[in-house]
Amino acid sequence: MPLVLEKRAERSTRMALLSPVIAIALTLITGAVLFAIRGIDPLHGLYVYFVEPLTLMWSVEQLIVKATPLVLIGVGLAVCYTANVWNIGAEGQFTMGAIFGGMIPVLFPAWQSPLTLITMLLFGIAGGMGWAAIPAWLKTRFNANEILTSLMLVYVAQLLLDWLVRGPWRDPQGFNFPKTITFDGWQLLPMLSGSIHLGALFALVAALILAFVMARMLKGFEIRVSGNAPRAGRFAGFSRPRTIMFCFLLSGGLAGLAGITEVASVVAQLQPQISPGYGFTAIIVAFLGRLNPIGAIFAGLMLALSYLGGEAAQVSLGLSDRIAKVFQGILLFYILACDTLILYRFRWLKTQVSATVQPAE
Amino acid sequence: MKKLMMSAAVLAVALGMSAASASAQEKLKACWLYVGAIGDFGWTYQHNQGRLAVEKELGDKVQTVFVENVPEADSERAIERLARDGCAIIFTTSFGFMEPTLKVAKKFPDVKFEHATGFKTAPNVTTYNAKFHEGRYVIGQIAAKMSKSGVAGYIVSVPIPEVVAGINAFMLGAQSVNPDFKVKIVWINSWYDPGKEADAAKVLFSQGADIMVQHTDSTAPLQVAEEQGKHGFGQASDMIKFAPKAQYTAIVDNWAPYYVRRVKDVLDGTWKSQSSWDGMAEGTVHMSPLTNLPDDVVKMATETEDAIKSGKLHPFTGPITKQDGSTIGEAGKPLGDGDILGMNWFVKGVDDKLPQ
Repeated sequence: MPLVLEKRAERSTRMALLSPVIAIALTLITGAVLFAIRGIDPLHGLYVYFVEPLTLMWSVEQLIVKATPLVLIGVGLAVCYTANVWNIGAEGQFTMGAIFGGMIPVLFPAWQSPLTLITMLLFGIAGGMGWAAIPAWLKTRFNANEILTSLMLVYVAQLLLDWLVRGPWRDPQGFNFPKTITFDGWQLLPMLSGSIHLGALFALVAALILAFVMARMLKGFEIRVSGNAPRAGRFAGFSRPRTIMFCFLLSGGLAGLAGITEVASVVAQLQPQISPGYGFTAIIVAFLGRLNPIGAIFAGLMLALSYLGGEAAQVSLGLSDRIAKVFQGILLFYILACDTLILYRFRWLKTQVSATVQPAE
Repeated sequence: MKKLMMSAAVLAVALGMSAASASAQEKLKACWLYVGAIGDFGWTYQHNQGRLAVEKELGDKVQTVFVENVPEADSERAIERLARDGCAIIFTTSFGFMEPTLKVAKKFPDVKFEHATGFKTAPNVTTYNAKFHEGRYVIGQIAAKMSKSGVAGYIVSVPIPEVVAGINAFMLGAQSVNPDFKVKIVWINSWYDPGKEADAAKVLFSQGADIMVQHTDSTAPLQVAEEQGKHGFGQASDMIKFAPKAQYTAIVDNWAPYYVRRVKDVLDGTWKSQSSWDGMAEGTVHMSPLTNLPDDVVKMATETEDAIKSGKLHPFTGPITKQDGSTIGEAGKPLGDGDILGMNWFVKGVDDKLPQ
């Protein structure tokens, strides 16, 4: 008796919205079990991991700082994925944004004016867009799989950054360490409050604008139609190549902005490692946020919490640092599982006819 | 939950139920921040051994905490978390933690910070490092004695002065035995990457090297040597378990005495900001047991180690001929600490270029 996934006739909107909540609840339960196995009081473990970081002003600030790049990238990816355009290379676009924006203070260290910062941000956006344009062009011109090309360009960008900070852009006073000079003054983003920098505002504004575009404007409709029913879109006169290019430029530009805001604030210089994988984690953010820009804000905060909680668990509970990765993985697994079960249901096939088994589309 | 436990502990003290729980509340918190995993069997592993030594020796007065695998970009928050969690002294054990350590130290003037391998101090920030190049001189001599092809392979991470000084000390040691000794260098731009390290070792062996030297932290190069019946040296910790037939010796970083001393200083209130650079004389660097070697080589290596320990021998004794033919240092006198800590040139005989 083979087990098959069968498409449900009706799609429940309520369940689609509840799915991330169920996924989070299941993650918490699994987490509690994990804690118990390690001999830690599960309630105390969950408290340290998911609640304690929210009880202190300092860690709430850190949470927002951490969520900033995740949300900035995540909202762009949400739009992309809605259009059925698979930009997996946000990490590379993030890196190129950091390189292009970081070029200004590295090459003109003495230039200090508000214009410095504005130029850095614009260069950062341009860097991310330019890098994203490559897989988009390959897709529209040669129909090359954008999942592969965008992903491979991540490594190219990282190696370029690596070469720059080890070679031509190295700090001349830095004893050959692979780092550029540290940024200062107008080469850094102004602070909003405590350790929260201007980037948080960028993330919020980007999410609000995209939410409006997606819900109320023709462009948003075009993107959704292009994703759900490309043929219908073509009949309506929407150009698929233009949608692909638009989505890549948008998500690439936002990832580039995230890159330059991160190096112009938290990192304050260019170095081989500028991101613990924000561009990849943002993929989880986009899905956890239901591919909705507002949802991405909450999802970004949730994943930022999983990073902070992972640190707290190490310090207070003596757990391995891998715990944060485990929680992120479990969370993504449950979201995908819940989503699958909303669209499909399990059915036991009683007959031996297997030719009717439909692959999951 | 935390409050509940605190009040329970306070209650226990108030009732005079247990003296132990009272002292548990007053324990000094000493904390470590690691760039790698404590199971790397190299750099971070040895720092963690130092932490365990502190726990063993001062365990009744000190509680230790560590955070591992901290990316440089995330380190400022991790350091601040430790400071906020009541750590009295925080050891940040990677060069990349330098700026974040200084930033957090400014915010927490009462917490003591100790940054490994950096060069910036502050009233509450100390730097500490070890003279690893002393061990490299010893293995240079062993390599030159044991190599049949007269060529060693050398796997390195980043061209920082510490690494450059290591290559130079190795070559000077080797040249003291065989003036024509050669070394082939591969930069892998990472401190810990078993895959890349193993690949580099395979390439170097196939290019004629028969001894492997590494300034990276995984056991992979030694394991390749073991598989191919070649030899090599362990890095940071004794890696004999991974290469019982291949390892001649290892340069061991022993941070335990330093950590115990510094935490004691905090307990006694005598902690001061300083820059510490200990070597074989202080026991911070030592060679693991010499294995797979004939007696005369063991004797030579032991004598060299003793001479360095007693100060009779200094790996960088002038005059030293640089790659470009110029010389540095006065005859019979060791180079100054500054020259070694900022070393940016190769000695004659190294067939590689420093990225300028």
